[in-house]
Amino acid sequence: MPRHVIRHGRVIGDIWQVLVPRPGERPEAVALPEGPLAVSLAVWKARREELLARATPVGVRLEPGDDPAAIAADLPRLALVAVHFPRFADGRGYSTAYLLRRRHGYRGELRAVGDVTRDQLFYLQRSGFDAFQLRDGADPHAALPSLRDFSVAYQAAADGRPPRFRSPLPGDPRHG
Amino acid sequence: MYRYDAIDATLVAERVAQFRDQTRRHLAGELSEDDFRPLRLQNGLYVQRHSPMLRVAIPYGQLSSAQLRKLARIARVYDRGYGHFTTRQNLQLNWPRLEQAPEILAELAEAGMHAIQTSGNCIRNVTTDHFAGIAPDEHVDPRALAEIVRQWSTFHPEFAYLPRKFKIALSGAEADRAATLVHDIGLHARRNGAGELGLRVIVGGGLGRTPVVGAVIREFLPWRDLLTYLEAILRVYNRHGRRDNAYKARIKILVKALGPEAFRDQVEAEWAPLRGGESTLTDEELARVSAHFAPPAYEPPGDDDRALACHLAADRAFARWVGRNVHPHRQPGYRAVTLSLKKTGVPPGDLTAEQMELVAGLAERFSFGELRVSHEQNLILADVRGRDLHALWQRARAAGLATPNVGLLTNVVCCPGGDFCALANAKSIPVAEAIQRRFEDLDYLHDIGELDLNISGCMNSCGHHHVGHIGILGVDKNGAEWYQVSIGGEQGLDATLGEVIGPSFAAADMPGVISRLVETYLDLRHEDERFVDTAHRVGLAPFKARVYGERREVAHA
Repeated sequence: MPRHVIRHGRVIGDIWQVLVPRPGERPEAVALPEGPLAVSLAVWKARREELLARATPVGVRLEPGDDPAAIAADLPRLALVAVHFPRFADGRGYSTAYLLRRRHGYRGELRAVGDVTRDQLFYLQRSGFDAFQLRDGADPHAALPSLRDFSVAYQAAADGRPPRFRSPLPGDPRHG
Repeated sequence: MYRYDAIDATLVAERVAQFRDQTRRHLAGELSEDDFRPLRLQNGLYVQRHSPMLRVAIPYGQLSSAQLRKLARIARVYDRGYGHFTTRQNLQLNWPRLEQAPEILAELAEAGMHAIQTSGNCIRNVTTDHFAGIAPDEHVDPRALAEIVRQWSTFHPEFAYLPRKFKIALSGAEADRAATLVHDIGLHARRNGAGELGLRVIVGGGLGRTPVVGAVIREFLPWRDLLTYLEAILRVYNRHGRRDNAYKARIKILVKALGPEAFRDQVEAEWAPLRGGESTLTDEELARVSAHFAPPAYEPPGDDDRALACHLAADRAFARWVGRNVHPHRQPGYRAVTLSLKKTGVPPGDLTAEQMELVAGLAERFSFGELRVSHEQNLILADVRGRDLHALWQRARAAGLATPNVGLLTNVVCCPGGDFCALANAKSIPVAEAIQRRFEDLDYLHDIGELDLNISGCMNSCGHHHVGHIGILGVDKNGAEWYQVSIGGEQGLDATLGEVIGPSFAAADMPGVISRLVETYLDLRHEDERFVDTAHRVGLAPFKARVYGERREVAHA
């Protein structure tokens, strides 16, 4: 069965392969499969030219401790940045997403992968993610409503919504 | 006080719906305990020794009479008819049922309340001075800024899975009544020489296993930059705080590891691109929120001082209560009143549903229908006319809420301890009660004078024992409950951490130990010297000699 991801609020088939070297495998030597491919930061650093020369889309998968500034200059050439959540309670990836979108201006697909469940989707989306690969066994169709848990927000984040004090209610007299 | 508008009400209602669905999935077996835990925690639900515990948020301690009546109803219908006020100005219910939690949250929402982010590794309920807006020593009323921080931190998507819990306290007065130096972030609202509003920013304070007084990283942050600066601090912490060891995950450990200067440099670097951005506060927003905290319709000064003087002269018990539990007010003719929740025999901070209803009525009758929770676990009626004090006192006394002990030894600050809390190493409530009984003689208690006694049942330090003049910490030794005693701690702007006097004691010895500490102080004190001042002047030695010299045989290693 093909893997599915949620992207822009819909469930779609996943075209991407992800390459993370196993312990002991050298990033310089690991085989690069054909087709759209996202690689770990170590492989990206070791094989950047080779990957950019391919005719198929390339992406990078960041771990929680990876600094997004490390790929800032390459972002226009990346079709996917995947941010890995080894445990959903490790919230560093939310800041990674914010920085990619707001600090470094990344416009391509930003995907949360790993231990991702429907109960994190709303916050992930507000932090800048537009794609979600749920943990194994989770039903992406059942998760879709969680993207709409809240219709309003107090604060700005990375989803383009202004803070509430800069977004007057229609007809709100306090804001004239 | 702040009243919900359509956006606030929508958010809270949508939260109830979200949690209702999560609870349903959990009870149906679709959401494991591990997956459900952070969700229920961020809705205030702990699993305790006997049942879940629900911690209701009371933002910066402000309540209306209607809200307190709602809490009374919830305590009666869904719990065992009482609640417990905490050192962070919240209310804990000890016996709710998980299945009913969504119903309770829906009832809270009806009264403009919630339990959002009262637990979990997120930004917790912001706290402030319980005399905000009325204190004579206040520079800036901190409540509008506290509400602005509440809104910013509520459902902040980036900071819901921090390395550890995160607490912010805000004060605008000369004295620090909000323990700002022992919070993850402490903020002091001030005006500079030019009359501009700004904040001193303190980070990395905290109690717990590694008590630290926070470090100032900015002396004067212009108020419009408050949210962008908080965002920068939180982002640095979220990215770089330790996640490998829960005991080393608070921001204080990061600040300590980097040093306050290097930490500040990282914050400033993160802040530079945020500064002036869309989260920069506006004059309109401050004015909008401040309007919620406009002073009530005070009556012009009348015969308040004369009426009060008559009662004081005629009634010694009343005078004693006024001396301890009534506080100055910036409005002529008015006073603030502490209703003591520290009557001997009642767990400190506990209030029954009937008392809640009575207090709601007192607030309506005497204080514009509003009240506050103090971080010392008492209730405050902030705007009482001097001439009404005697009538208020009579009613409060009849309800067991007029123990004249604010600032005194029996005003024990105390966590729920091993009777309720699953984390506790030792019980704290029975120790508090035994000590209160020892010092029931009011003349003796008042002669001892100001003395903060704080009790925590474990290292998490919910009873703030590190900053008690006398601090008691419950410890576990080979499955038995023991109590470690420290002296010399102090809250406020001179926040000082107490020093442990020596080996710990069994529960039964605690009243005797406290008696000997107090006797040592009474023997050595200079005139007008508080217990803590004497302890600082003479050091630990005379106290140790008195406590251990006589009791060596029971002291435990």
